[in-house]
Amino acid sequence: MPPAPAFADVTASDSTLRRFLHGLPGVDTVGLEARAASLGTRSIKTTAKAYAIDLAISMIDLTTLEGADTPGKVRALAAKAVNPDPTDRTTPRTAAVCVYPDMVATAKAGVAGTDVKVASVATAFPAGRAALDVKLADTRDAVAAGADEIDMVIDRGAFLAGHYLKVYEEIRAVKEACGEQARLKVIFETGELSTYDNIRRASWLGMIAGADFIKTSTGKVGVNATPANTLLMLEAVRDFRAQTGVQVGVKPAGGIRTTKDAIKFLVLVNETAGEDWLDNHWFRFGASSLLNDLLMQRQKLATGRYSGPDYVTVD
Amino acid sequence: MSESSRLSVLKTYKLYVGGKFPRSESGRVYEVQDHKGKWLANAPLSSRKDARDAVVAARKAFGGWSGATAYNRGQVLYRVAEMLEGRKSQFVHEVAHAEGLSKSRAAEVVEAAVDRWVWYAGWTDKIGQVVGGANPVAGPFFNLSTPEPTGVVAIVAPRESSFLGLVSVVAPVIATGNTAVVVASETAPLPALSLGEVLATSDLPGGVVNVLSGKAAEIAAPLAAHQDVNAIDLTGADASLARELEIAAADNLKRVLRPRGADGEDFTADPGTHRLTAFLETKTVWHPTGSLGASGSSY
Repeated sequence: MPPAPAFADVTASDSTLRRFLHGLPGVDTVGLEARAASLGTRSIKTTAKAYAIDLAISMIDLTTLEGADTPGKVRALAAKAVNPDPTDRTTPRTAAVCVYPDMVATAKAGVAGTDVKVASVATAFPAGRAALDVKLADTRDAVAAGADEIDMVIDRGAFLAGHYLKVYEEIRAVKEACGEQARLKVIFETGELSTYDNIRRASWLGMIAGADFIKTSTGKVGVNATPANTLLMLEAVRDFRAQTGVQVGVKPAGGIRTTKDAIKFLVLVNETAGEDWLDNHWFRFGASSLLNDLLMQRQKLATGRYSGPDYVTVD
Repeated sequence: MSESSRLSVLKTYKLYVGGKFPRSESGRVYEVQDHKGKWLANAPLSSRKDARDAVVAARKAFGGWSGATAYNRGQVLYRVAEMLEGRKSQFVHEVAHAEGLSKSRAAEVVEAAVDRWVWYAGWTDKIGQVVGGANPVAGPFFNLSTPEPTGVVAIVAPRESSFLGLVSVVAPVIATGNTAVVVASETAPLPALSLGEVLATSDLPGGVVNVLSGKAAEIAAPLAAHQDVNAIDLTGADASLARELEIAAADNLKRVLRPRGADGEDFTADPGTHRLTAFLETKTVWHPTGSLGASGSSY
């Protein structure tokens, strides 16, 4: 597929791409963090809270990415995604389950007959340190097994060394491997990019290369999704749509464990990108323990009594 | 420097939750007065969200505390008594003001409280032998019962006996491995808040005891209804509140310890073991008898 016409000149060579990415306005670190913090102080109560909880549940990519994942664990997770709270059938389903490529078929069987998607990490997740052929084979495997979404990692080494075109071409190649079947989420591993300027550059690079989603992190490093880096990425998708008309989704992942945190992110989405993104087609949470906290809060709203970990599953 | 020229350093009393000293989430405080109506200090006026946070802290601490050896728990509790002893003058001062006692009478009460703490510290590794043991069964089995802690216990502390009564309800709950969320006396919360400072400087893990001050009716109601609280001690609740809390507690089958008598309990009397056993459950194991191999197992 040809690149979006507006960026054909940008991606002509490594130097034009570098000139474009380094020409993006610098990020005001203090302002960004203050904005993210101030949006985090909004108080969301009663009916708005109930709406936010259900929306957040419907946006979760219920994730298990452990070396110790068994088919049984993946089946249990898929069952939970389809029916998060067996005591309350009005609970919405999660958006997707997110697993390693070899577990895609198991997950797919677990969510069969529902609108829950199966997302698979690929491209030598989480380090991304493998040859392009290996990454593409990894991706094709997952797609062939039925994955609806592919979460790829960028080559942070190449990005930090300034080889932007290499990263660009890699994303393009993986996008092609996804074909029409799978939407592509591009993980930047923001914790390894060091600066907000780099996160902004990576966001634009990913979007120009054709990402359907840009995603903060793998959940495997110390710093994962933060309100500030998610806000920055939300600004990027907003500006990208204004410029090109193409809408790109955002997925913060890792470290979001409480309902309070999740609602803070939803406020960021609404205030930055806007209502168009308040839908699980355009915004996701990469999380596992978050779901239990959302379910407990949901039970509290329904019954008036504080719930506890005895009333949700142990994953 | 003369007494009058020195600016007074007033103490900010704070809650004790999860090993930390937060202010109330609501930001509210209320005036605490001595028995003559003179202002003593401001205490935090806890909200139901403070209660919720305290339960989370208590639940988190439960695994470690209930899993600690009884011997270790006894040592930790004895350490608490040592710390109480060192802070005696502060407690005497607070108890004298709160309960309108003379200095010497207040000192007796505080000493009785420290002694009570030591007494309960000694029970940690003995209660198992008293309420557990080998049961005779008509079959080729060993049958052994052993007490286990109930879990997170909410305690409505006595209203009048601000320190001896407090110690008498808190120590037995944690001695057996439960963790506690304590609603301090509404009118005399200062000794309870100071006890939090003592617990923080003992070896007691954070979250094992959490102290909230404020209106018992406001804080105890969400605790009684809370699905993650396993038991509630209603000692300090008046008759109508106790009734209301007991109804709320029935929803998830909490264990309930009712207040004794209409005029409250006499905490100077021998406490006996009923408070120790109130928040225990019995686990019974069966094991076949028969010839034991060298490994100690018949299999």
